[in-house]
Amino acid sequence: MNYHWNWGIFFEPNPMGTGTYLDMLLSGLALTLKTAVLAWIIALVFGSLIGVMRTLPSRAAYWFGFCWVEFFRNMPLLVQLFLWYFVLPELLPKAAGTWLKQLPNAPFWTAAIGVGLFMSARVAVQLQAGIGSLPRGQKMAATALGLTTVQGYRYVLLPMAFRIILPPLTSEFLNTIKNTAVAITIGLLELTGQARSMQEFSFQVFEAFTAATLLYLLVNAVVVTAMRFLERYVAIPGYITGK
Amino acid sequence: MIEISHVNKWYSPTFQVLTDCTTSVTKGEVVVVCGPSGSGKSTLIKCVNALEPFQEGDISVDGTKVNDPKTDLPKLRSRVGMVFQHFELFPHLKIIDNLCLAQQKVLGRSSDKAVAKGMQLLDRVGLKEQAQKFPAQLSGGQQQRVAIARALAMDPIVMLFDEPTSALDPEMVSEVLDVMVDLAHEGMTMMVVTHEMGFARKVANRVIFMDRGEIVEDAAKEDFFGKPRSDRAQKFLSKILSH
Repeated sequence: MNYHWNWGIFFEPNPMGTGTYLDMLLSGLALTLKTAVLAWIIALVFGSLIGVMRTLPSRAAYWFGFCWVEFFRNMPLLVQLFLWYFVLPELLPKAAGTWLKQLPNAPFWTAAIGVGLFMSARVAVQLQAGIGSLPRGQKMAATALGLTTVQGYRYVLLPMAFRIILPPLTSEFLNTIKNTAVAITIGLLELTGQARSMQEFSFQVFEAFTAATLLYLLVNAVVVTAMRFLERYVAIPGYITGK
Repeated sequence: MIEISHVNKWYSPTFQVLTDCTTSVTKGEVVVVCGPSGSGKSTLIKCVNALEPFQEGDISVDGTKVNDPKTDLPKLRSRVGMVFQHFELFPHLKIIDNLCLAQQKVLGRSSDKAVAKGMQLLDRVGLKEQAQKFPAQLSGGQQQRVAIARALAMDPIVMLFDEPTSALDPEMVSEVLDVMVDLAHEGMTMMVVTHEMGFARKVANRVIFMDRGEIVEDAAKEDFFGKPRSDRAQKFLSKILSH
């Protein structure tokens, strides 16, 4: 292979005049983190609501949750982002569509919301399973004490259900971070996007993507470690694997 | 105190669990409900505080109809103490917090008052030293005593027990029964589903025998143990008293 390795490339100025190539990648990393955090908040909020709805006795709530989950998890993420970004503005009344297309940072908001909703379906299913794994008597005990349904979920069911699903939730958080890379297709210059443009400007494809890979690994290692600490922090003395 | 009249309950159109159950519990009375497993005794007691719905008949507690849609069920349930077979303490809360949760969230007591009441009841069931522990760190017998204290913390007008000793190791049964005997002697109105005939002999006023969803026998304790009228009750008694 006739490839000219140049690890010093990171400290050479980039053609945009925004500093070095490394600065370019780091700005991509910052955008990846911003998108992922916002998407994760959306996934947690909507996932929790929908997950709870799927465990309520109300048929309407169950069906709403069912449709939500099947809609968002049965379509490729890439297709969903295209739908929100390219198709939705065309379906709206003309004025609203134009307004949407001209929003500043449209790729960022579309990516964060799109990935967030996609992941919310997965969070919802896990929370539903977490709640379902609790003994039926827990809800009865809460009800028998006079707690309302909302109080029962808030003080009794959800604190346990979230503890139980913390390990799979960690995976979902990692998936959320990785899935933001799909946003390159709607023009978001996140980490993968910046690695791509670095390759195009400098032709140092291996260096660019090695750096991007390491940065993804680093971020995810930090998340995994933080979640381990959280798991230990909320562990219940004497309970199952609690130490 | 508790009026149960002509209650019928079906799990499905072809599967009837309760058939025309009628009985009552007056203030200060201790009523033991016994019968073979699957006879509907747990279901009946869960109908009393509307943990289980029923299709026909009426149940009222202290003059309030539990099957009236206008009834404020959380409020009614907060006045009816319930103890479950599997304790159903909330595993993520310390023992004292298990006792305080509903006092604060349902009755609106201040934290100080709730803790004082909780500690007084823990002292009463002999578990004051365990207040800061978590449920999983206690033995089954201790957990069930905490569950009784948790129900008493709400100042209930009646206590329901659903097989409170069935999930316990034999050597822990008596510590729980002792607490229940004390309660009975203090004049608490109690409805107890149990196989502990020793307990029934000691403190029950009346014994109800159920089989296949029907109340087969409803008699004063002396009559029940002396000369049960029905064949089925006789057979049941001879089986469980023979050893």
